[in-house]
Amino acid sequence: MSKIKKRAHAGTLESSDAFIEIEPIEEDKIKIELQSSVEEMYGDDIRELIKKVINELDISHISVKVQDKGALDYVIKARLQAAILRANDDEKIKWDKL
Amino acid sequence: MKLRRSMLFVPGSNTSMVCNAFVYRPDTVMFDLEDSVAIEEKDSARLMVYHALQHFTYDDMETAVRVNPLHSIYGLLDLEAVIRAGVDIIRLPKTDTVEDVLQMQEVIEKIEFKIGTDKKTKLLAAIESAQGVVNAVSIASCSDRLMGIALGAEDFVRDLHTQRTKAGSELMAARAQILLAARAAKIHAFDSVFSDVRDKEGFIREAKYIKDLGFDGKSLINPNQISVLHKIFAPSKNDVEWALDVIEASTNAKEKGLGVVSIDGKMVDAPVIARAQWTLELAKASGMLGGDE
Amino acid sequence: MIDSKEIKNITKLTPNKADFFKASSKNHSGKERFSKICESIEESIKRSGLKDGMTISFHHAFRGGDKVLNVVMDIIAKMGFKDLTLASSSLASVHDPLIEHIKNGVVTQIYTSGLRSKLGEAISKGLMEKPVQVHSHGGRVHLVKSGELNIDVAFIGVPVIDRFGNATGYKGRSKCGSLGYAMTDARYAKYVVAISESLEEYPSFPASITQDQVDSIVLVDEVGDPSQIGEGATRMTTNPKELLLARRAARVIVNSGLFKNGYSLQTGTGGASLATTIFLSEKMEEENITASFGLGGITGTMVYMLKRGQIKTLLDVQSFDEFAAKSLGENLNHIEISANQYANPSSKGAAIKQLDVVVLSALEIDINFNVNVLTGSKGILRGASGGHCDTAAEAKLSIIVAPLTRGRIPTIVNRVNTIITPGNTVDVVVTDQGVAVNPKNIELKQRLKKAGITVVEIEDLYKKAIKICGKPKPINYSDKVVATIRYRDGSVLDVVKALA
Repeated sequence: MSKIKKRAHAGTLESSDAFIEIEPIEEDKIKIELQSSVEEMYGDDIRELIKKVINELDISHISVKVQDKGALDYVIKARLQAAILRANDDEKIKWDKL
Repeated sequence: MKLRRSMLFVPGSNTSMVCNAFVYRPDTVMFDLEDSVAIEEKDSARLMVYHALQHFTYDDMETAVRVNPLHSIYGLLDLEAVIRAGVDIIRLPKTDTVEDVLQMQEVIEKIEFKIGTDKKTKLLAAIESAQGVVNAVSIASCSDRLMGIALGAEDFVRDLHTQRTKAGSELMAARAQILLAARAAKIHAFDSVFSDVRDKEGFIREAKYIKDLGFDGKSLINPNQISVLHKIFAPSKNDVEWALDVIEASTNAKEKGLGVVSIDGKMVDAPVIARAQWTLELAKASGMLGGDE
Repeated sequence: MIDSKEIKNITKLTPNKADFFKASSKNHSGKERFSKICESIEESIKRSGLKDGMTISFHHAFRGGDKVLNVVMDIIAKMGFKDLTLASSSLASVHDPLIEHIKNGVVTQIYTSGLRSKLGEAISKGLMEKPVQVHSHGGRVHLVKSGELNIDVAFIGVPVIDRFGNATGYKGRSKCGSLGYAMTDARYAKYVVAISESLEEYPSFPASITQDQVDSIVLVDEVGDPSQIGEGATRMTTNPKELLLARRAARVIVNSGLFKNGYSLQTGTGGASLATTIFLSEKMEEENITASFGLGGITGTMVYMLKRGQIKTLLDVQSFDEFAAKSLGENLNHIEISANQYANPSSKGAAIKQLDVVVLSALEIDINFNVNVLTGSKGILRGASGGHCDTAAEAKLSIIVAPLTRGRIPTIVNRVNTIITPGNTVDVVVTDQGVAVNPKNIELKQRLKKAGITVVEIEDLYKKAIKICGKPKPINYSDKVVATIRYRDGSVLDVVKALA
């Protein structure tokens, strides 16, 4: 399990997109704050997805704030991964984990 | 030969377009990581396209990606991402020389080997300079991965010290050269985008013109242009009837063991049959003969 | 004078008391004649004899620009009336102030075709004790004629009127075009108050509402906001998805077997529907086909086709934009019809029974072809029944046009939140990812397939929508019914429950 290096964000507030901000936190957990235009229908699914993506990258101690404008799962995944890569200044991308 | 009339440009940074482009059924969808994506979004657009390419909505559509040039810091990362994601075609931007193609081919081969895929990623060279146009003939035949060459008009006219006009005379030489080079090498030739999306008449005029020149298709920037283009590329009813007659006559001849037949006094030989089959394919793709538009 | 004895055998007749052999007592001074014109809305309400528990009605021809309903309701509230039934032919977002009148017990029951905005939300959350009765445009007339909806006082906003009550909608500052829905109320209400902003000289004919229907007249500063009456200009959409849907819908119509000289057509507002009309117009020109009539809510596009001779007659129950409103007054072949002539199932002649093709939109369509145009994906009231189920039931070909998904929200669902139009009246569903034909239409399915249209099963569309969006969590409703969906024949088709 690793901690991200710094705050970062990715995405936009356009419809069908998501704006994701992440930052390292002290507690050993994944803290998720979700605002979604489809909360009632897909809110739980989106939170599950966020956890899954973060776990797959072996990350902990992270706070994730998502403003979702009805983005499809793969869009949320792409935005979250982009934010994590940015937070770690990753040059060496482990593509098989994305 | 695969139909490639329409190649729809989709900026990798435009999420809504990335998620919806499949709906418009272009012959090829082309995600762009190059000029339409701002420097600070290169990484996120790359990831977006990486996931889109693997999404089921693009399963039954030919995909292409315009990557950043290899000499930029993004080029290699783009290739690493999209080849893993299973893209069909890499569009090389700003191809000036044979070396540009071969260098790209080498990098692609390395990545394919590294990830252990059997898929052989195809190449499409965009020719966007006077040098590129002059070298078009050698470029077109330098690699068996090359499925086509395309004119990139915006950069080209700048290099030529002129600008785009309605008449299009500034592109006359380049279009002729690219088309001849492609035909000689037996690969596809694609025309440039028509950027004024509001000028439907202008688009129709240009599309008819490049179709008559012999181009296989055209790059498009707006989904609304797809059906218009496909309609222009559709065979006429007479052509379709002729093609049906040819196929019927040749099938009958084969059944009866006859060698050669003729229709309206004209001999039906292999090239004629091939042309008839092609016409019928095109007809189906144009929403005629029970095919979808 | 007649002697009573001479008519004694006919018991119910009464003799005239006037003495014809003396000078007449008739008063010819105009001043003492009864005047319909009231000084204020308050006076007209007093004259109407409105009492607690009665039913009042309004019409929705001014749409989002309506300046009548809120003003009248405020006065009624100030006068202290309670427990009224409000029957408006529809309600728009401009009518949110009704929330206060409901809270204060002024309005305790609503009949309407549509509910939107904050009012829709508040009702979805359980604002009212009695469920709202949601009816179609045709169904409303049926409820009125069958006696369930007994209008005591109709408040009818009209752009132009004369002193005796002859009123029209196609001219004046607040012109709204057809008064089709108001015509029904004027005919059936016990008391009719006409509210206008412009008085013309008597007699002002031709008139949509006539002198024999109007009891009182009130003149006010404004009945409508002209900038909000037209539902946006009739501009061709540039949205590629809407254009794709429209092209496909037009293709379905062209290949349906109904597309021939003299066919008839109804399309709604909204980008895709409007664009369908334009693509059809192109195709009609190509194939030299003219339509006998265009029906329903009329748009500028339809007017354009009328002017070019592509449509012979427009039957207009509601004019959607100012082009339509203006044309109604200018073009002899642009005819105003009442809601009863338009869509009432128990009418002696509803025009929809002559209709070939209708193009309709949808919020949701389910795998049994049922359509919802009332409640949104969160279960909140935010639409209108309108003429949807009326036209779908009667047109020879009913086409629903909708994208497969809107953002992440699936349009094709397993079961619609609310049934407005039953699936057995829907013939074709056109989406951006394939066309589904109701299985009962075997011949039509063959025709469309033969024409090269991608015909798919509706279940496959549903599966694809779910594959793209994910399976949504069902809406959490409570047991409280907030709206009852009345089918066009008055029967209860469905109910909407409050959100939990």
